Amino acid sequence: MLSVKHNEPVEFTEETLSKFAEIVARYPEGKQKSALLPVLHEVQATYGWLSAPAMDSVAAYLNIEPIEVYEVATFYTMFFLQPQGKYALEVCRTGPCCLVGAERIMKHIEKRLGVKEGEVTPDGLFSWRGVECLAACGYGPVLQIGPEYTFYENLTEESVDKLIEELTEKAKS
Amino acid sequence: MAEDVKFKVSIDGIPVEVAPGTTILNAARLIGGDIVPPAMCYYSKLQGSGGKCRTCLVKVSKGSEKDPRPMPKLVASCRTTVMDGMEVQNITSPEVIEARKGVVEMLLINHPLDCPICDQAGECHLQDLGYEHGLANTRYEFERRTFDKIDIGDKVQLHMTRCILCYRCVFVADQLTPRRVHGVLGRGDAAEISTYIEKAIDNEFSGNVIDVCPVGALTDKTFRFKNRVWFTKPVEAHRDCPTCSGKVTLWYKGEEVLRVTARKDEYGEVEEFICNTCRFETKSTSDWVIEGPRNVKRTSVISLNHYAELNPPAVVKKNLALQETNKEQFERAKELL
Amino acid sequence: MARKLLLTHIDVPGINTFEVYRQKGGYRAVEKALKTLTPDEVVEEVKKSGLRGRGGAGFPTGMKWSFLAKPEGVPRYLVCNADESEPGTFKDRYLMTHIPHALIEGMIIASYALGANTSYIYVRGEMMPQVRILERAIAEAKNAGFLGKNILGRGYDLELYVQPGGGAYICGEETALLESLEGKRGNPRIKPPFPAVSGLYNCPTVVNNVESIAATVPIINEGAEEYAKIGIERSTGTKLISASGNLNKPGVYEIELGLPVEEFIYSDEYCGGIANGKRLKAVVAGGSSVPILPANLILKTLKGESRLMTYESLADGGFQSGTMMGSGGFIAFDEDQCVVRNTWNFTRFYHHESCGQCSPCREGTGWMEKVLHRIEFGHGSFSDIDLLVDVSKKIEGNTICPLGDAAAWPVASAIRHFRDEFEWHITSGQEAQRRNYGLAHYADPLEPVAS
Repeated sequence: MLSVKHNEPVEFTEETLSKFAEIVARYPEGKQKSALLPVLHEVQATYGWLSAPAMDSVAAYLNIEPIEVYEVATFYTMFFLQPQGKYALEVCRTGPCCLVGAERIMKHIEKRLGVKEGEVTPDGLFSWRGVECLAACGYGPVLQIGPEYTFYENLTEESVDKLIEELTEKAKS
Repeated sequence: MAEDVKFKVSIDGIPVEVAPGTTILNAARLIGGDIVPPAMCYYSKLQGSGGKCRTCLVKVSKGSEKDPRPMPKLVASCRTTVMDGMEVQNITSPEVIEARKGVVEMLLINHPLDCPICDQAGECHLQDLGYEHGLANTRYEFERRTFDKIDIGDKVQLHMTRCILCYRCVFVADQLTPRRVHGVLGRGDAAEISTYIEKAIDNEFSGNVIDVCPVGALTDKTFRFKNRVWFTKPVEAHRDCPTCSGKVTLWYKGEEVLRVTARKDEYGEVEEFICNTCRFETKSTSDWVIEGPRNVKRTSVISLNHYAELNPPAVVKKNLALQETNKEQFERAKELL
Repeated sequence: MARKLLLTHIDVPGINTFEVYRQKGGYRAVEKALKTLTPDEVVEEVKKSGLRGRGGAGFPTGMKWSFLAKPEGVPRYLVCNADESEPGTFKDRYLMTHIPHALIEGMIIASYALGANTSYIYVRGEMMPQVRILERAIAEAKNAGFLGKNILGRGYDLELYVQPGGGAYICGEETALLESLEGKRGNPRIKPPFPAVSGLYNCPTVVNNVESIAATVPIINEGAEEYAKIGIERSTGTKLISASGNLNKPGVYEIELGLPVEEFIYSDEYCGGIANGKRLKAVVAGGSSVPILPANLILKTLKGESRLMTYESLADGGFQSGTMMGSGGFIAFDEDQCVVRNTWNFTRFYHHESCGQCSPCREGTGWMEKVLHRIEFGHGSFSDIDLLVDVSKKIEGNTICPLGDAAAWPVASAIRHFRDEFEWHITSGQEAQRRNYGLAHYADPLEPVAS
């Protein structure tokens, strides 16, 4: 993932632009604003988060006002408006998962990573936060990691430790 | 449907005939008086406004002549159109009164209640609403939501803490100005009016956001802390403006025009939107042709400030039209002397 | 074994591919519909089947379809609601993951019935893997000539697209979903106009849940009458139930409507009883927004009849002693769970997910959360309980969309049935921090009510 400083203008690569074009083609003529959410997902998958310049470039591409992009990006919780860790762990914290120990898992992650919810570890590898129901209640506790949104189910303290170790290894290689 | 078709509707038992497509709220406004539901977000001049604040909820006790079933829930009168034979209850329905009390309470729990230092006090719709429909005490015992004050441009201040998220200013920006740079960001009770990255709202009609704001969230910086509105005297005036109609209300304190606003009707809606030059740049009497004093509702705190008791404002003394309108009061004042 | 219509081939390896799905009789319903039935006949068939919307409201699907306005020269849209976000519900994820073609096939049938030439599947953004799965399935179906121009040579064109959401429960509300699909904030629209008249891009639109759309496949294959034979009264066919919480075998089950709740919880064919040998305390039967019921009331109605998994039986007793089928999110609580804490958790969820458009929901959900937090952490007072009931009443029915009701019901019902547990949190604030109230009397047999 690239990281973008706040004021650097963002220019999308040819590859990204062709993805955008493919998305825009799904909607009727003149309704290109419909592409906003999928396009923002693409941008976040590339840069790790949505900077203001990146959102401005999206607005320019879709021929809408920048405020229309900000309005949307701040409404939906999946969009990060601050840089995150390379691996952003999102743990479900809603009722059914809590019945089977999600709160315990979150405490464990906090202790293990040594950072509070929403913060990034000093090595930049991890950040974590509690999120609302991920629709995997029968397999709780669960967590997901973007941008592929891979799911890790039936979490235990041990499986979380193992996951963090694996990801740390993966980042090194 | 022929153009002269009228729907018969009754609101709190008072019959009225209106054109198809009229909303319950506007039908009630045709009747006027106490039975008009209050509206904090609806604005007849702004397309798409309304439905959000829920203060105008009413009960439809009979759907229509054809289908007399009552509507299962209270409906937002500003967005529900009438049907022929519809019967609506507003102040005659205890259910409506109770729900409205609830809505007012909700609107107030996170409101700072800083009326003593708010420029809107005296012409604030939330103040009126709270006075008429609210409880004297609050049941909310938690910290209230606060935001920092922001200047959006050099003439308008956004005090988000007071905002009730009526969206009117967003509609103004969409419908009156070429490019909208502010909007509603975030969601739920963290939603706020903002520009995201600091940007001035800068175009000829941006000042109208002040007039449409029902509370003191968007205020005129050129009037900031200058005076309480009930110490100022509204006077109607016009000028030949190349940009807008030039029809305004001037708010005098002595000889000085403290502020210029659009003219507002009895529901607090502006009659015609005005441009920023009229609003912010033309503040001497010589810029304007004075028409006469602004009629203010008797119940308004501003009307405590009569034009012609024993000391009419300087502008009245100098202006023939104003003297003519106030003739009766002058005579009465003379008798009292 | 009960009949299965949606998950018949769930255990067949490779059923997620077009090839295997087709071998197992997939896309027969599309062939039957396009070759032997007119669109109106398909609508009629779905009407006759008695299928009710599986997303939560339970509105008859065929009826919804027949309301679609059909002005000349205006496109019509079908949008599939796959924004599954109701806590306790995960059946659509399961279906899309394992049998994506069941949804694609249903989409083709439903689009044909409605005369839609472009249809969208709006999937919640967190289900990015399912987005990819569906995109692959669509490509496969298109390759095989079931999508695109002139499908099966019948002159019918259909393009199908998948749209990811961005993380907002509210987009499960159909008009918020349409706003989101138009690239806007997920603020529910003020109705009327209803989507059937003015929906996506102001065109007539039908929005249906994943399971409702997939259910049209067996309805067309087996015939409406066969489908309607399953179930009881106005609850026909089969339903996917997502079972979670303290169960031995949580997961997604396809049940025939009419199954006794007791059998669903305790039989080995389904949930296999309460985990760790504990006893059942309470159940939320249809996703977090429906009223919670204590064990005794979920197993038997107040009349003493066995409670069944049907829209009617679950609702028996109204809000006093009943609940709702909702989206079929079945959450079981064992004796160690705290109802107050769970109510606080759910309310936090609704507070977090309120779009903020209308004042009762925007302000009321946060207020309720704060009061519940205070009670849960031992600082509440008795008046807080009445305050909660009153605030929930001020929200319920007064909001633009049903999220207000969804936030109000769990609080009102938890207090109605578990008031003593709330009171214990207030009188024994310190003790409530160390232990839970336990099973108390919530599983005791009910006094039969004389009718």
